[in-house]
Parts: sequence; C-alpha cells; structure tokens
Amino acid sequence: MSDPNPNITSSPPAPAAAATPPLSPTAPKPAAPAAKAPPKKGASRRGFLSFFSWIGLAWAMLTASTGVLTLGTVRFLFPNVLSEPPSKVKVGFPDAFDEGKVDERFKDKNIWVVKYQSKLIALSTTCTHLGCTPNYLEKEGKFKCPCHGSGFFGPAMGDPGINFEGPAPRPLERWALSIGDDGQVVVDKSRKFQQERGEWTNVDSYIKA
Amino acid sequence: MSVGDFIRNSQVWKSIFRHPAPRDRRNRVVVMLTNVFLHLHPVSVRQSGIALSYTWCMGGLTFFLFLVETITGVLLMFYYTPTLQDAFVSMQNLRDEVTLGILRELHRWGAHAMVITIWLHMYRVFLTGSYKPPREFNWGVGVILLVLTLLLSFTGYLLPWDQLAIWAITVCSNMARAHPGVGHEGPGSSLITVGGVNLIHSGSDARFLLLGGRAVGGETLLRFYVLHCVAIPLAAAVLISVHFWRVRKDGGISGAL
Repeated sequence: MSDPNPNITSSPPAPAAAATPPLSPTAPKPAAPAAKAPPKKGASRRGFLSFFSWIGLAWAMLTASTGVLTLGTVRFLFPNVLSEPPSKVKVGFPDAFDEGKVDERFKDKNIWVVKYQSKLIALSTTCTHLGCTPNYLEKEGKFKCPCHGSGFFGPAMGDPGINFEGPAPRPLERWALSIGDDGQVVVDKSRKFQQERGEWTNVDSYIKA
Repeated sequence: MSVGDFIRNSQVWKSIFRHPAPRDRRNRVVVMLTNVFLHLHPVSVRQSGIALSYTWCMGGLTFFLFLVETITGVLLMFYYTPTLQDAFVSMQNLRDEVTLGILRELHRWGAHAMVITIWLHMYRVFLTGSYKPPREFNWGVGVILLVLTLLLSFTGYLLPWDQLAIWAITVCSNMARAHPGVGHEGPGSSLITVGGVNLIHSGSDARFLLLGGRAVGGETLLRFYVLHCVAIPLAAAVLISVHFWRVRKDGGISGAL
C-alpha cells in the first residue's frame, strides 16, 4: 500500500504500489520505479557493465576460442617439413663441356649446362612464362617452350636464356655455380640470378673456364 | 486378407511407415511432414514449376549430376590411391582392369556436363529475371556454388597424375604466386620483412598453402585429394541446401513472387 507521506520513506515505492491508486492526493505517482531508469539511446551504463557479467565472459570466451581455432587451422595447413631433392648438384669437371653446346644430361634436375664464350653457365629449365619446361632445338639453336611458344636464345644465337619470342616476359634464370672440393662443378639451385635485375654479371652465376 | 494387407498390418511395416499411403490432402501433408526424406520437399509445387520451357530443368540436372559425381566418386575411391607411386597406375587399373571401370570416364564426363549445365542454368536464371529482389541473395549463393564447382574440377584434374594434370596445376598455381600481397612474386610481397627476410616467400605464400610445397608434388596430390573428396563437397552440400531453401521461400521455382 502506498505510503501517504513518501517524503520520509527510506525505501523507494514498490512497483505494485504504483499500480494501486494512491490513498492520498499528495502521494506521487512514479512513472517507473526509481531503480529502473529507462535506457537512453546508445550505450548505457548497464550495457557497458554487462560486459563484466557471466554472460559477457561466456561470449568473450566463445569469440576468442573461435578466433584462435580459425587461426590455428590456417597455421596447421602450412607444412613445416618438405621432402625436396637436394639443391646442390654435381655436374662434372669444368673441362668436360664443349664450347657452344648445351648439356641436357641434367634436364630432369632443372639444369642446362651451357658453355658460352668460354664461360660455364647453369640455366634453369623453367619457362618464365607459366612454368613449363622448354625444349632445346639444336638445329635452330634456341630453347622453345611447347606450352605457349616462348623462345629463348641458345648459345649459337646470343647470351643463352634471353627471351626473344613468345609470351615469356623475362629471360631464363641462372643457378649459382662453384667448384667443389673434388674439382667438380657444383650447381646450387638455392640461389638464382635474373638478368632483368642485372644479376648475370654476378661472379657466382658463371665459371670462367 | 491379401498378402499386401497382411504386410501392411504387420508390426514391422507399421513401425517403419506410421501413416497409410497418401489418399487425401490432409493425409498427404501428414505423410510428407513425418518422413525425414520427404519433409525436405514442399508438399506441392506449382504446375509452372515443372514446365520445361520455363526452367530448362538445368538446375535440377546440375543437382542430379552432383549426386552422380558423388556416388561415382565414392566408388572410385575404393580403387584410387593418392600417392606419387600409385596414383597413375591405380587410375589405369580402374580404366582397364576393374569391371565397369568405365565409371572413371563417367565421373570425368559428368564433371564436364555439370559445368555445362551450371552455365546453362545461370543463363536461364538471367533470362527469366530470377535474380531480381528478393532473389538476389540466392544469385550470390549460386555464384559461390559456381566457384566451388570450378574448384572441384580444378582439384580433381590433378588426381590422375598424368602430364596434363601436373602441368595444368603447375601453370594455374603459378598464377597464385603472382597475386598482389599473398604471392611471393607479386607486387607487395616485400612490404613486410622479418629480420631481413620477406614474410611472404616461396615457402609461405598463398601458392605454398595451395600446393603444400614449393612445387607440385606428393603433398599437393594428397591435399587436392582431400579438398576434392571431402572439404569442397561438404561446403557445396551446405550451400546447395541454402540455395534450394531460398528458392522455395522466395516464391518457388519458376513462380511469381
């Protein structure tokens, strides 16, 4: 029942009291109980504080675990261990190669050994267009890719590997060359030299015979 | 009592089929709604929904081919081995030695046919204006399904492990390494460096993730096998359900809004 003198009441009027008609005309009719202020538009204090409730914690844990599991799944899909053939290949002694000739014995290891102007060069057999393996056409003196017709200079035409016809955008790449401990030429496929970057002048990309 | 009546009144029959066969509209609805396979379908469809000149039935054909591919695919999995040594040989074995090994060709032809029917279906949807609101979301879902179908074709192409397969995947994955940002030979690959080494290099770019290695090899074969047989079909199944659901809720196939 509503208190006829609400000014001296210590506790706020209960919602049920607001529903019953006030006994005294001086008793105020609260629009809503004082504890429940109508929420303003936008963030309210209650909305902010609800982040620190149990349900807020539950939502945060769900979001965090979903994010972590997604990232973990993506990282899982990147392999850490690869089984690849060794990148260093021994191709023989430096004087075993003929001037102006292309040695195709190591083509299945992605290497053409070419002697051009007394320099030994190791060309990559990967076409720089989209990755097929060109063929060396000895009669025409050029490397020709069967996929889309890219053409590269053979030793008879000029600096081996320069692209001159077809869609290849840049010359064939060259592998690093060195002399091993037993005197044999060692091709290191973990280092490549690209002509368009001016790297063919690098001493590691050829062996002066 | 006839044999049929005897069976239909038996405990076994009544435990499986709770309601008699449909005879009136109410009973038809009851039978549809209490059966797990039937309840996926609408109780009735408009007559225009089965008019071939309206729909070409290309969407239905595409779904039928998806089912054909799934079933033939599962059967092929009993004889195909996704390893470097055995992939090509197992495929030849399927073709030449296995009874009705023509199933391998059926799977391949079905894949070609499915791509054709998908394009015809898209064309029909475009011609009939069935992409307009409220069906625009369903068109988007359909485009994603198109991409998934093309990815299924892409991943499946590698599995025979012949020259055509290896070089096709090599060439297409080389496009991935030229992508801006995520490809190690694309623009922007040297933007982020950790200790002097690019974050995106040949062992960490999008092409590496796709191939499972730095070149098309054994890991690629296995990865594409899992994508082709499990991951992409699952995603496609989910999206097909969404696609069909939206058709029904947006006014039914070949129906006015």
